[in-house]
Formats: sequence, structure tokens, C-alpha cells
Amino acid sequence: MSHPAQDHSANLESFPENARRALNDSQLRGALRHATGVIDERRGQAVERVACWQELRERAKTLKAATLERLDHWLELFERNAIARGTQVHWARDAAEANAIVARLAADAGARTLVKSKSMTTEEIGLNQHLEELGHRVVETDLGEYIIQLAGETPSHIIVPAIHKTRAEIGELFHRTLGVKDSKDPKELTAIARERLREEFARADMGISGANFAIAETGSFLVLENEGNARLCTSLPRVHVALIGIEKVIPRLADLEVFLRLLPRSGTGQHLTSYQTLFSGPRAAGREGPEELHVILLDNGRSAMLSDSLSRQALACIRCGACLNVCPVYGQIGGHAYASVYPGPIGSVITPMLQGVEQAHHLPFASSLCGACRDVCPVGIDLPALLLKLRSKVRQGSAGSGDREQRRAFRLWSLAMSGPRRYGLLLRALRLARPLLERPGARSRLARWVPPLAAWTAAREFRPPAGRSFRELWRDQEAKDS
Amino acid sequence: MKVSLFVTCLVDQFRPEVGLATVEVLRRAGCDVSFDPGQTCCGQPAYNAGYRADARAAARQTIQSLEESEAIVLPSGSCTAMTRHWPELFADDPQWRERAEAIAPKCHELSSFLVSVLGCTELGARFPGRVSWHDACHGLRELGIKSEPRALLATVDGLELIEHENSERCCGFGGTFSVKFPELSVAMLDRKLEGLQSTGVDAIASSDVSCLMQIEGRLARLGSRLRALHLAEILAGGAS
Repeated sequence: MSHPAQDHSANLESFPENARRALNDSQLRGALRHATGVIDERRGQAVERVACWQELRERAKTLKAATLERLDHWLELFERNAIARGTQVHWARDAAEANAIVARLAADAGARTLVKSKSMTTEEIGLNQHLEELGHRVVETDLGEYIIQLAGETPSHIIVPAIHKTRAEIGELFHRTLGVKDSKDPKELTAIARERLREEFARADMGISGANFAIAETGSFLVLENEGNARLCTSLPRVHVALIGIEKVIPRLADLEVFLRLLPRSGTGQHLTSYQTLFSGPRAAGREGPEELHVILLDNGRSAMLSDSLSRQALACIRCGACLNVCPVYGQIGGHAYASVYPGPIGSVITPMLQGVEQAHHLPFASSLCGACRDVCPVGIDLPALLLKLRSKVRQGSAGSGDREQRRAFRLWSLAMSGPRRYGLLLRALRLARPLLERPGARSRLARWVPPLAAWTAAREFRPPAGRSFRELWRDQEAKDS
Repeated sequence: MKVSLFVTCLVDQFRPEVGLATVEVLRRAGCDVSFDPGQTCCGQPAYNAGYRADARAAARQTIQSLEESEAIVLPSGSCTAMTRHWPELFADDPQWRERAEAIAPKCHELSSFLVSVLGCTELGARFPGRVSWHDACHGLRELGIKSEPRALLATVDGLELIEHENSERCCGFGGTFSVKFPELSVAMLDRKLEGLQSTGVDAIASSDVSCLMQIEGRLARLGSRLRALHLAEILAGGAS
């Protein structure tokens, strides 16, 4: 089944529907199950070999918290040092500003073809679409992203964009879009992509990348990758533009000692990615590399997240995707169901924070709060606590009022729970409903009026309340004993 | 030791026999068990649904009812974990926050109370059958309970514990999640239960009635002969 490209903001409302559709897509679920299982197993093995893993997590958490505490300071330091090395630094308040800056740079460079390495931040601002509308050719060069672009889709995973696709689907896609023979062999498929992409690298006028870390004390930034495509993107074209979220800044080069041990292991189960490239300015005279290096520092809702200690925690995310791989919800439905750029547990947290809880009000509820995400997070983000916080925020806003019946039900519930007498009344009311709940015929009639009961009994039996509650049985026993 | 039972609302209303079994087990472990009928609910259903004020109303009632106790035992890891959230729930109310902070450390999940507080694993229980354990999420990941129920089950005469690769996988209940996204909730459970039947177990056991209702409801619909049992029911089994 194909997953057409999605206009994210419009579809945020349709999470329940999307989830249902995904559950009926056995090919998707098969692919997801296999891939998330393999990656998480590798992650577990890689982590096991680091004796001080918990200590590293603590250090990362502390480092991130301290950096975010004085983010303005570190950003200004980064800017100063980057400029000193010949990098041109731009600030973008939101997606529109960032897109406009890239578009202007592309126009200045007379760029027709732009090659990109993998970057979720460019996905966040919808950069490809914007540039294509202006007549530029944009080519994704990360294999997963290349597949997604050919399919006209969006990434369904932060690290593994085409995780929802089987080999057979990719073979068929290449056959259909590139006119090559149908193949299921990953080696063959990769070779085809590589050959096509070489041509693109050679003709590209501008390269676009993201960054994993921006280092304040040196004004440089680091890009991690496994395919070598990011190096080609950032060395062959005349101009290199890097889009970097403001939360990516870390104070010192030495801090990488912590993060470089955490990120590859958490993301792909690797001890280290195949390539790690540190960019520190455009090419020096007589050397190779781009003539111009531009860094765009993107806010797009991030600075608003600083104001609150809880949402600030979410800015510590280093985008490893480990929480997606262990999430039992993500594992069933995949990333597209979330209809947000960032899916899974971290997506359900930062999407409402970046785009507003009104729009993304379903996402904080798209979790059973099992806590598996918190356990694997390399920077110790308490994702369930953040989801809970957002849930309460949804209820305070107007989006939550759509659930008026539930609001009323909980009002009644809290009345019943705030005194033993009222609680006794609730027990009696439940008792009265017992005959209806015990007989399947009567139960299905009742379910028509009680949507949660209908939802429960669609695939599960419902256990009616007991004939006598524990407190009644206890009282009976006490009476007998005395 | 004097112990106050916080039976939890689900056990009270849906599985009272689990409450009776908990009393029996605690008595066998030498405890003097009391039950205060002023208690209602820990507040978690409302808390997880985002209705914090409603959650506070329930929590206040229960705190008030139980705070004089020396030790409070719950046949639930999830509700015990909720007691750890009470201080945060009352973050803006210094008086209640103080009461919440005082009571939270006195609340214990049954298996961890027996093993870690009383140091008691041998209860003379008998349960003939093969049992697989479900590590309920909040007990496992918020309270770190993993070895305690296993230590208790290991001493049960006739019981064979069959470890299952999905023991730590969420059952998909998640409170209102189970009815807000019913298909998803059931799909998560089916994934968990996969392969369990082929291990030839007679029962799946856990320390949370909420998970057990989800599991037994699905098993019944699928026509499975597998039973879903609470730890207390197993430990209370056999001659005392």
C-alpha cells in the first residue's frame, strides 16, 4: 500500500483514523516489526558493552540542561566563532524565514540543482516543497530519503526514513520511477541509487545539510552519517548551507566525548557512524571544498519551549529515534499515522510544543504511558511525564472541550471518589447496571449509549462489576468475627 | 507488623477476590491487616486523562483515609506508582504536597512489600500449573519491580514459571487509551500474547488488575483456556 505525501498540519486531526488504517496494512506492520526489532536489538547489544552507560546518560542530561539554561550565550558564542572562521550565520525565527533565506542563497548562487543530506529540520520547515515551487531541482541523497522522495512521501522515522517499506516495494518503486529492472536485492538497489546520485552530486550547485551538534567554542558543527553522501553534498557544490535548530548547540568540542558515545549506539546500534564530519568554515585558499558556508540557526517554536522547565527538557533530544523503536504504539502503526514531522513518543511531545496543543491534541494521548521510551532515551528525557503534562494542557485548552462527554464523566467520577458515601452510591449504581452488563444482548444495547463500552467490547469481553465489592465483603467478615 | 490495605478501586469493584487474597497473604506473612473504608481511588484514571483537578479530588480522599498508617500495601504496581506522583500532583498546594510527600514512601506494592520490606518469600502457597509472568509497566519501569514477584513464585509448590520473551511488553491497556484507541490497544496486546499459547502455560499472572482485565477480556473473546491471575490469588492458594 502506498502512503501519499502528507500535508502535516492538516492531518494532525486524523490520528485515530490514520492509526486504524495503518493497523489494516499488514505489509507496513511486517516491515516495521522487522526493522524496529533489529535496530532495537542492535542498540541493546551496543549499550550493554558500555559499562558506564547510565553515567553517560546522566552527564548528557546535565550537560544539555546546563546548556539550555544559557542557550542565548552559547548561540552567540557559536555565531562569533563561526563568523571568525568565515562562515556566514543567519537567524530564522520560523519556517518561512528559513525557507526564504535558503531560497535567496539558492538564487544568489544561480543554483538549479540542489543536493541534500538527511535532515529532519529541513523536513520540519518543508524546504523541498518550497524550493521546488521556486523552480529548483532538489535531490535527496541519503538512500532512505532518496527512496522517500521517489515515492513522493515523507519520512516515517527520524533515523530510518523508509522504515515502513519492504525491499520488494523499493524494488518496484525503482522499477517504476527509474526504469530499471525490478529487483529485491539491497546491493543491486543501492548500486542503482549510487549511480544515479553520482550524477546529481557532480552537477549540483548547492549542497544542503543539517547538523547533529553545533559547537560554540569553535563555531563548527558536526554531521554524522553512514553513506558518505553528506560529505559529497558538502564538498562538491560551490555553496554549502546547513540548517541547524538552535537546540543543537553544545558548549565545547570535548562535550562530544559524551554525545558521540550516546548517539550512534542509540540510533542504529553502531559504536560510531561510518563518517563524522566537522565543518569549520568554507575552504581555505588553495584547498578543496565549498567557497561559501552558510549556517541558518532555526528557532521555529524552540525558544518558547525554553520558558518552562518541563518543555525545556524536550529540547535536549538528540534525535536518535530510539524511543520510536521501542514504542509499542509506533511499532504497530509507524510514523505516518502521527501525521507530524517527528513521530513516535518524542514526536508526540515536541509536535504539540512546536505547533501548539490545539492542533496536535491527539498526539499526547497516542501512548499507553508504558515508559519504555524513557528507559532508552540517551539523554534521560522523561517522555511519559511530558505527555502527561501535555494531556493536562489539552484539557485546559479549547481542543480538549471537544470531548465534552468525557469531561462530564470525569467530573462525576471525581465527585464519587471524593467521599466514601458518594463512592458507595457509585458502587450501587454499578450494581444496578450489572444485569445489563452480564447479558450479551442487553450489553450490546447498552453499548450503543455508552461509547467506551462499545469500544471495549468490539474485541474484548467486559467483566461486569462484582456482585459484592471488597469493602462489603470485608464488612461482612468483620461482623462475623466480632 | 501493622499494615493498612489500599485495595484500589478496580479490585474493590471488579476483582474483590484479589483483595481477599491480598489480606490472606499479608496475614500469612504475619501482618495485622486493617482496611479503612474511607479510601476510594489513587486518582490515576483522571491524572492520565489530563484531568488533574479531578485526580486531586480522589487522591485527597484516599490520602486522608490512609495517612495515619505505618505501612500501606497495594495489590497494584500502577496505583503504587501513582502515589509517587502525588507530590507533583499537589505541586501548587503546599499543605497537601506535604501530606503527599509524607504518605508516598509508606505505600508499597504487594510483592515488593513482602520481599523487600518483610524479607519474606516463603508463604506455603500451592498452585499446580505453568505460569507466565507479565511485568506490568508501572511496577517494572517506575518502581523497578522485576525480581520480587519471581522470588515469590519460585517458592510456590507445584508452580512452574515459564519466562516469555514478551514479559516486559506493554499489554496495551493504558487506562482511557484502551477505549480511546481500541484497535490499537488490542493490537498491542495481541503482539504481547503472541507465542504465549505455544509455551503451554496454564495462566498469565501479574500484579495489576488493570492489565489482567485487558488480558482476560481478550483471551475470553479469543476462546482461550488461559487464565489471567493476580499474584495474590496464586500466593493465597493451597493450604495455609
